[in-house]
Amino acid sequence: MITAERKEFDEIRQMTDPHENVLVAGCNTCVAVCLTGGEKEAEQLAQQLRIARNHDGIKGKVEAVTVLRQCENEYLDSISEQVERADIVLSTACSIGPQGLVFRYPAKRVAPAMNTNMMGYVKEHHVWTEYCAACGSCLIAATGGICPVARCAKTLLNGPCGGSQNGRCEISPEVPCAWQEIYDRLAALGDLDTLKRIVGPKKWNLSNSGGPRTMKKEGFEP
Amino acid sequence: MKTGSNLERILESGAFAVTAELGPPKSADPQVIIDKAAILKDHVDAVNITDNQTAIVRMSSAAAAKICIEQGLEPVMQMTCRDRNRLAIQADILGAAALGVKNLLCLTGDHQCFGNHPQALGVFDLDSITMIRMVKDMRDGPMFQNGEEITGPAPKLFIGAAANPYADPFPYRALRLAKKVDAGIGFVQTQIVFNVDKFEEFMHQCRELGVSERCRILAGVAPLKSAGMAKYMKNRVAGMDVPDKIVTRMSGAKDAQDEGIQVCVDIINRIREIEGVAGVHIMAVEWETSVSEIVRRAGLKK
Repeated sequence: MITAERKEFDEIRQMTDPHENVLVAGCNTCVAVCLTGGEKEAEQLAQQLRIARNHDGIKGKVEAVTVLRQCENEYLDSISEQVERADIVLSTACSIGPQGLVFRYPAKRVAPAMNTNMMGYVKEHHVWTEYCAACGSCLIAATGGICPVARCAKTLLNGPCGGSQNGRCEISPEVPCAWQEIYDRLAALGDLDTLKRIVGPKKWNLSNSGGPRTMKKEGFEP
Repeated sequence: MKTGSNLERILESGAFAVTAELGPPKSADPQVIIDKAAILKDHVDAVNITDNQTAIVRMSSAAAAKICIEQGLEPVMQMTCRDRNRLAIQADILGAAALGVKNLLCLTGDHQCFGNHPQALGVFDLDSITMIRMVKDMRDGPMFQNGEEITGPAPKLFIGAAANPYADPFPYRALRLAKKVDAGIGFVQTQIVFNVDKFEEFMHQCRELGVSERCRILAGVAPLKSAGMAKYMKNRVAGMDVPDKIVTRMSGAKDAQDEGIQVCVDIINRIREIEGVAGVHIMAVEWETSVSEIVRRAGLKK
């Protein structure tokens, strides 16, 4: 899923304080599962803002509303009344949410309450780990099903660098070396010969480096 | 001989080669390179010009290499994948070759988090292995990475790489070096050898894979300046293996600097006996004056 963490309250205040009526818009999919921007968290943030703004004598109302997914028009359409009443919409979705709101409500000021950080796997309860960099040309069949683009700090395609030690990445003892994991897995599967082949250079034009990407599913045009 | 490199000529002749390291300054001062070159010139066959070593900004390796050439000392220009994409790497290679650079060491590069600009974007468009293949294609194709022909003079570079026998997974280290040989290197310089036993094991694997026949292996060595430095390298530097007996030897020394040089010389003497070792790379970082003494004591005098 996509993971996002809430910004510091001070930064949120800086974005919203100049405006009277604030709508905190929650999103009940990815950010609800990672317990940062779902209905409960949107309500909490709205209440926190009400108390702080009231204390500082800022006029206006702070409302909260949550949709199932902010990344689709039909859900954003369902909150048009609340959006109309607000001077600014503060989205607790991943960055797709506020940008979707901008697309759907072009006249409205929109601000992000979150920093979006990754596409991650829930490795254990409440721990998300980056597993995909959306590079546009998946190569994990050659790396034992473990992605070095997302999980190696240097996006290496041809084996571990000289900084891999005791299964840890050189950047931090907290970070596992993806190539050690790849090596161990291929060794266990008896597929180590795979690592003799030179891979790349990678076609980064298929990633975000090639410009923003669009995906169309044929046969489903309106 | 694929290039006009003196280092390649020496290695191909079967002579035991000696290279050292010359770090460019954190300023625009050419005198630093001139002074270091004067210290090293008569004692080594070539010097590595580091490229933003440990991700700290310094004078570009191409410019420093050119100054080095002017001093009559052959540079091994280092190039990392961390700071440049394939366009910039190829452009710098053409420029360096035009300035007379004959040796290029292809590196992935330390992660930018270790340096003085930890917020920088790490490029890593290529890794060291795809970079090696690109440089080989530029020389022998001659063509750019995209397959387009280089119609003028091609960059005739003696291509090298690094290898760390002390990194993990150990069984893969010689195989990874073999991959670099397949990609096109002619020589390799290793991480600093303190644990000679493990290095011997690595060399054994290299011989089994035919790596030492297809590429010249220079073992990295370094003089320790103090017992504190030995402990620091043992405990704090990633990818370094300093045996306890060396730390003990340094701790018990009356003259630590002299002992550090002797430890280095003793390691060189052991390394020279290992089949397939073609030379040593002396990494006396910010202690260039020790190199002549190491070379003299080890009997490597040019």
